[in-house]
Amino acid sequence: MPQRSVVAVGASLLVASLALTGCGTRGGDDSSDTGGGSGDKVAKIGVIAPLSGDLAALGKGIEHSVDLAIKQANEKNAIPGWKLELAAEDDQATPDVGKNAATKLASDKDVVGVVGTLNSSVAQSVQPVLAAANITMVSPANTNPSLTQGADFATAPKRAYPNYFRTCTTDSIQGPFAARYLFEKAGIKEVATVHDKKTYGQGLVDAFTKEFTKLGGKIVSAQTINPDDDKYDAVISKIKPSNPKAVYYGGEFPQAGPFSQQMKAAGLNVPLMGGDGIFSGEYVKLAGSSATGDLATSVGAPTDQLESAKAFVTAYEAAKYSEPYEAYGAYAYDAANSIIEALKTSLKDASSAEAARTGTVTAMSSVSFDGVTGKVAFDEYGDTTSRVLTVYQVKDGKWAPVNTEEFK
Amino acid sequence: MDFAQQLVNGLTLGSLYALIAVGYTVVYGIIQLINFAHGEIFMVGAFGALSTALLFFRSYVDGGQMLPFWALPVMIIGAVAASVTIAVLMERIAYRPLRNAPRLAPLITAIGISVFLQEAVRLLYGKIPSFPDAKQKVPFPKIAIVSGDAWTPFGLTIQRSTIFTVGALIICAAGLFYFVSRTKTGRAMQAVSQDPDTARLMGINVDRIIVVAFVIGATLAAIAGIAQGLQVTNVNFKMGFLAGLKAFTAAVLGGIGNVWGAVLGGLTLGIVEAMAIQFIPGTFGGSSWKDVWAFAILILVLVFRPQGLLGAKVVDRA
Repeated sequence: MPQRSVVAVGASLLVASLALTGCGTRGGDDSSDTGGGSGDKVAKIGVIAPLSGDLAALGKGIEHSVDLAIKQANEKNAIPGWKLELAAEDDQATPDVGKNAATKLASDKDVVGVVGTLNSSVAQSVQPVLAAANITMVSPANTNPSLTQGADFATAPKRAYPNYFRTCTTDSIQGPFAARYLFEKAGIKEVATVHDKKTYGQGLVDAFTKEFTKLGGKIVSAQTINPDDDKYDAVISKIKPSNPKAVYYGGEFPQAGPFSQQMKAAGLNVPLMGGDGIFSGEYVKLAGSSATGDLATSVGAPTDQLESAKAFVTAYEAAKYSEPYEAYGAYAYDAANSIIEALKTSLKDASSAEAARTGTVTAMSSVSFDGVTGKVAFDEYGDTTSRVLTVYQVKDGKWAPVNTEEFK
Repeated sequence: MDFAQQLVNGLTLGSLYALIAVGYTVVYGIIQLINFAHGEIFMVGAFGALSTALLFFRSYVDGGQMLPFWALPVMIIGAVAASVTIAVLMERIAYRPLRNAPRLAPLITAIGISVFLQEAVRLLYGKIPSFPDAKQKVPFPKIAIVSGDAWTPFGLTIQRSTIFTVGALIICAAGLFYFVSRTKTGRAMQAVSQDPDTARLMGINVDRIIVVAFVIGATLAAIAGIAQGLQVTNVNFKMGFLAGLKAFTAAVLGGIGNVWGAVLGGLTLGIVEAMAIQFIPGTFGGSSWKDVWAFAILILVLVFRPQGLLGAKVVDRA
């Protein structure tokens, strides 16, 4: 029966190709542009972020912002005798690819610090690689609490990796912040939750659910989606009869945008609320006019309103990068500057960049300066000491801030 | 109520699978090749429709307005043209030279083409002047009458895109039935699928029939591409992968090689997925497990009916 064996072989080949799509790095597009400063020793700051794929808009914003910080440091000659360079790697928002990228950066002896990753799930596989090489890692966007405080963050927090820091607040603050906004400010007591089963989405929904039920709200339906899917009508039909007044979505804009659009097309006309993962201009593009009224929380105060951020925005625009700085640009810029601050101490007497790796990790804990998103300093777990968050709402095809508050 | 609603959802999803699955099954029926690049033909069709909209209805797209209804036939022509061109080139350049090679060679070639087409769209689409970058999801334009508010008869929610998808399947299936059983070329196709050597001796141009099979598959996939674009309002370079995998499953479920099997398999798969989300409770329910249940049905069918639901009619060649 030759034809059946062809089906069998074909099916297994397909499965193999499925597995293979996760592998292989596409490499950073434009890693660095060097020039001048001859005779200076070179230290590199890496970037691990999705530079291609659905989340490329956010990843590119991170890459360019780090590039900006490095260029400015070189111009000011921030670290005498040293020249900083950017080494950007694409993680395709995939843990395996991120791990390969981390291995590649760790084997480059000039790399002392890494800004990244965007996704918490990718960070989980990048952390151990960079920790083994003593490379400082500062994430502008990872919001999962376990990355700094260990798996038992709720009961027995314990620092997971000494080299890991972040400039954004975590889901254990962001989720409850959203819950309080919906319950107290918007007066919504019945919510359906949906997440994409990724570390980020699930963590966010868990933290949200806990706070929302504690306040006295009711989760009327809890669903998940598969991030590879395009159509969510069956899930939406399941949520609709439970009559939620809002849908809280844990995940990112490539799915959340179409989800919001399909939700409203199916007659479920309630706002969708999400975390910083949906806070992107791309979300509004994908959801179209049905995005109006949707909500998102994001870390920090609005970048374009902060006095301290104006210089960053002006410099970013002057540098004419091909993509906007997006949700995490300012955090990536602060993350890169925190590494540069630490390098000022650690590189001073170091013979090579590799020798300065451990010193950089140590110096990170005493970093403290006024960044573009507020004060940049890290607590004993590597989390940022700043706990300011903002709720945004889509109005006239744009995200507009509605409420900025410090979470207590 | 829930049942009826999920039946509608399942039929929508299933019709899309069925439209794509026909392409797998028609090609397999003629040359016993599983054309894994067929999912990409579907994707190219969707991008063909998008390109047509961008080229001829740019002012509507940029203004965020709905395209007039007569844009739909124009976009269908654009989508079919793109899909058919790629499918015919693929057959001519990649499969025909391997016609007499061992079975594995064209199969691996198919996977190669699939990766090639995905990457080509990912990297090159945005390089075409004034076209959006396709490295991430690209919004698909809305079209009057087939996009817009859902109809709600008896409390059900029926999307306009659902009517389009199911309608397209009915029209395509009827057209295909007429073509295969009533036209000379269609009967020649049946003859080639039963015995290519004898068919050749009877004066049938087998190469031409094979091209016709690819053209039919590509046409239906292109229409599916538009249906997908209307349903989910965005397209992306890897949309063909999962859809192709599901459609292939549908074709096997229905009995690969049998056109009606592909339609039945597609609808079954779609309905099983929708019902699994609604009615399987607890940990194993919900959207995350729907694929597991869909594949469980496939395994069950293959255990008890290895030839698929309707497979016996055609799969009689050893």
